[in-house]
Amino acid sequence: MNPGFTFTPERAATSAGEVDAVFYFILVVTGLFALGVWVALIYFAVRYRRRSEHDRPREIEGSLLLELAWTLIPLGLMMTMFVWGAKVYFHLNRPPDDAMTVTVVAKRWMWKLQHPTGQREINELHVPLGRAVRLVMTSEDAIHSFFVPAFRIKKDVVPGRYNVAWFRATKLGTYHLFCAEYCGTEHARMGGRIVVMEPGAYQAWLAAGPQPESPIAAGEKLFAELNCVTCHRPDSAVRGPVLTGVFGHPVRLASGETVIADDAYLRESIVNPAAKIVAGYQPVMPTFQGQVSEEQLIALVAYLRSLVAPAQAVPATVTSAGRAAARGGEAGR
Amino acid sequence: MSELAAPPAERAVHHPALQHHFVDLQQQKEAASLGMWVFIAQEMLFFGGLFAAYAIYRHAYPEAFALGSHHLNRVIGTANTLVLIGSSLTMAMAVYSAAIGWRRGTVGFMLATVLLGGVFLGVKYFEYSEKIAPCLGDQVHTGCLLPGANFDPATVHAEGASAGQVQIFFSLYFGMTGLHALHMIVGIPIILTIAAMAWRGRFTPEYHTPVELVGLYWHFVDIIWIFLFPLLYLVTGH
Amino acid sequence: MSTEVATPVESLPPLPPAHPAESYLSRGWDLRSWLLTKDHKRIGILYLVSITLFFAIGSFYAAVVRWNLLVPNGQISADAYNKSFTAHGVVMVFLFLIPSIPATLGNFLIPLMIGARDLAFPRINLLSWYLFIVGGGLTLYALFTGGLDTGWTFYTPYSTVFAQSNVEVAAIGIFIAGFSSILTGLNFIVTIHKMRAPGMTWFRLPLFVWAHYATAIIQVLGTPVVAITILLVALERIFHFGFFDPNRGGDPILFQHLFWFYSHPAVYIMILPSMGVISELVCAFSRKRIFGYSFIAMSSLAIAAIGFLVWAHHMFVTGMAVYSAMVFSLLTYLVAVPSAIKTFNWTATLYKGSVQWDTPMIYVFCFIGLFLIGGLTGLFLGNLGTDVHLTDTYFVVAHFHYIMVGGAIMGYLGGLHFWWPKITGRKYVESWGKVSSLLIFVGFNLTFFPQFLLGYLGMPRRYHVYPDEFQVLNVLSSAGATILGFGYLFPFSYLFHSFFRGEPAGPNPWGAIGLEWTTPSPPPTQNFEEIPVVTTEPYDYPNMGEE
Repeated sequence: MNPGFTFTPERAATSAGEVDAVFYFILVVTGLFALGVWVALIYFAVRYRRRSEHDRPREIEGSLLLELAWTLIPLGLMMTMFVWGAKVYFHLNRPPDDAMTVTVVAKRWMWKLQHPTGQREINELHVPLGRAVRLVMTSEDAIHSFFVPAFRIKKDVVPGRYNVAWFRATKLGTYHLFCAEYCGTEHARMGGRIVVMEPGAYQAWLAAGPQPESPIAAGEKLFAELNCVTCHRPDSAVRGPVLTGVFGHPVRLASGETVIADDAYLRESIVNPAAKIVAGYQPVMPTFQGQVSEEQLIALVAYLRSLVAPAQAVPATVTSAGRAAARGGEAGR
Repeated sequence: MSELAAPPAERAVHHPALQHHFVDLQQQKEAASLGMWVFIAQEMLFFGGLFAAYAIYRHAYPEAFALGSHHLNRVIGTANTLVLIGSSLTMAMAVYSAAIGWRRGTVGFMLATVLLGGVFLGVKYFEYSEKIAPCLGDQVHTGCLLPGANFDPATVHAEGASAGQVQIFFSLYFGMTGLHALHMIVGIPIILTIAAMAWRGRFTPEYHTPVELVGLYWHFVDIIWIFLFPLLYLVTGH
Repeated sequence: MSTEVATPVESLPPLPPAHPAESYLSRGWDLRSWLLTKDHKRIGILYLVSITLFFAIGSFYAAVVRWNLLVPNGQISADAYNKSFTAHGVVMVFLFLIPSIPATLGNFLIPLMIGARDLAFPRINLLSWYLFIVGGGLTLYALFTGGLDTGWTFYTPYSTVFAQSNVEVAAIGIFIAGFSSILTGLNFIVTIHKMRAPGMTWFRLPLFVWAHYATAIIQVLGTPVVAITILLVALERIFHFGFFDPNRGGDPILFQHLFWFYSHPAVYIMILPSMGVISELVCAFSRKRIFGYSFIAMSSLAIAAIGFLVWAHHMFVTGMAVYSAMVFSLLTYLVAVPSAIKTFNWTATLYKGSVQWDTPMIYVFCFIGLFLIGGLTGLFLGNLGTDVHLTDTYFVVAHFHYIMVGGAIMGYLGGLHFWWPKITGRKYVESWGKVSSLLIFVGFNLTFFPQFLLGYLGMPRRYHVYPDEFQVLNVLSSAGATILGFGYLFPFSYLFHSFFRGEPAGPNPWGAIGLEWTTPSPPPTQNFEEIPVVTTEPYDYPNMGEE
């Protein structure tokens, strides 16, 4: 992982190439402009250096043509940079449908990660090569930031909300994970590693460790323990909306708005149900704030994500709900 | 000198109030006036941060805001609003009195303004202590509405998620009205000082800039309250 | 420029005849005459002394930071390091850069440049200095006793819930110092509107004045927002109000919006005055009218206006909505345009000029060259695609230091050298000026250019330890910082020395055009015997010989 001294960082994910392309475009354009101005500056300074007190400088007030030229040409180039960068950003914020979801909980000063099949890691994340990985992240305390230079991705990890990032690793190896938002004393030591393995090796790794309960199973258990089924019966919508197939689909609210039921919506509905009442229902759901931890919330949301109508059932990691969720993307503010 | 007659040709003679770096009294007056307007613009941005926070949280927590607002006493709030508007009226009368050279009127109306301002602050003190007194001491804190460890959401019938959110309403209530009250507390001694200057005959129809400026300030303080009152006291459940 | 001696305006109060040898400096030397002065020139000097002290303190913390970063495992504890970079940022931003040019050169020169006897509100000017001292003193107290470890940006919920340092006291200190900035801005706006000499129309104003006018608008409209925000942080810590605490329904990102709403325009407070200095210097040392006067003047206003609309480009990775981010990125590119226009105009002014390579001009060259890098690297950060990778890394640190030090401080030093003879009546030794500028230029680039590479390679900021592969670049950077530190000692010494032993300067040692150069050096307290009447365009160098 220590490549020694280099000028350019490794590229180990699809996003890296995209970001670098914009970077080098901007570098070339700005480099040329800088060079142009420096050359002009030095040339004028030398060529027109004062030779005597009787020098008569040329009277030049300005030139509208020049002003327009050096306003509009840079503006045009900058618009190109903007559009290109916006496209890349869009892409960086839209995880593909086939992404596997890894949940991340940050706390001072460590990273707690959980694979879709339930395996947990601390400060390390093993991922298969070539597979899109979607990170759903929240913090238990201060704001942190999940930064992998080799992938050129970064996303703040904020308490009280979910933020999503994704990557598709293209190179085997081990890469730095840094916390990139100052969070106190050991901010600089809140690092880790992303380990990219062959898909086969990844499966073996998953199988080798202790077989934990998957978050979906944990969520299902919690759903029962917390008596959610009292109102959210799978067969009737008398007291509370039916939750089967809710994930990734639009929900009509009492306020008239329509929102997409993504991870953040589901989490909010559990801790602050009064915020968005579904149309046609009474605001009677109690809040579970303080009764469930962030990790339990992640499990409940994972369980809800997995609830699909029987006709649509597909393997757990690639559900129709998951595809819709990918389209819905992260909660924006 | 008759109080009501304007002294003649003041510009040619060095007016006692003219400061030496100004060319003439007109320039000084215009500068002072512009200065006060710029200051008020700055004050608007100062309160603006709180108004922005209010807008964002009210949009996020409409129910909690309705509950919190409902608990505030609308009768007292309305009465206080009328008191403050009244004080703006007396202030405007004070400026007018100065403009026509009526010394007694100038002083009298400014004192009336201070009196009404004092009433407003007294009522606010009463409102505050009603909410804060239960928070002090070691006994049960029912009725405590000062955000913090002892806050009692049951006072406003807030439960569940609203219990936490209604604290934000009260944070904004105390923050915004507190900042407003602070501006009044600073303004009152300034009005008194200028009233004293008026009493000593320092102002004429030609020159009464300090009265005008403090009038501007006081009207601004009043206008802030005109916005605060409906935003804090008149929120309904919709 | 021919300034006709005007018949005295009839309403002008008669002044005592000025003693020819009496200047604002010689008129009274006791403490009272300085601490209770209402003279804008003396207040400028008071500020000059204070900010120099704050700069020294801020530099000390920079030295601690760079020394620690010589080795991957650091040299001091994490806590000490975190307090050091925070102190460096707080002192340099709030106590040095924000006041710097406006409070020193602006205070001193604006009345002279517009033909006035003082600013509109001299007592408020003095009050503003006292607020600065009290606020700065309180902030330093917080930094020295217990320290502050939140970063100068005070992000919540770390600063409101988790930080175990002097947050409240520092917040109040900065709050008070902020009002100093507001009052300075207020004074400038009113002065420029109402106290211009007869004939000094808006488009005859020196560009230095235009720059300060734009800066003053930002000071007045932006600072109150950070004032209330920092007050909320203090209140949250003391009373647990919960605005920014997600456990109480608050939103930590709201803090960032409120904070950056000021702090982005604040960076324009820090650079616009310096740009104003450059405009003056480039004319004086090419003996030419500025190329594109109205474009530069309007660009200052455009920067101030658009600068209020780009704040969330500091927040692209917080999880904000993609479409919002796009709006802010677009506006960020727009705000770059006026700065580019200015840079091209300054360079074009040299064309066919008579360029004198005196120290102030050397600083102009440094400014243009380095501000170019600083500004252009801003395009990487304003770009949504690249910012995701570069934000919160050393790339950002390098970018803003290129602008703040390579731009703002170079301009400040250039202006200080240019107007030093006017302010003190003395000349400094020119060769020392050139040597120091070279040292500063070399030291600066060695310190900060490697940081662009570090950032692109992925080194995050605010790290007291780092992976081994980043060491080489860090060592280069620290070496540069040492040279830079030395470099700064030189002007401090020879300027101070010249104050007592320098050659007398005379009213216009540079042969420059501007109302300030028509007064004696140093000027008398009342600036002008009689208020001048302005009849010519600014920088009327072509007509200078024809008198």
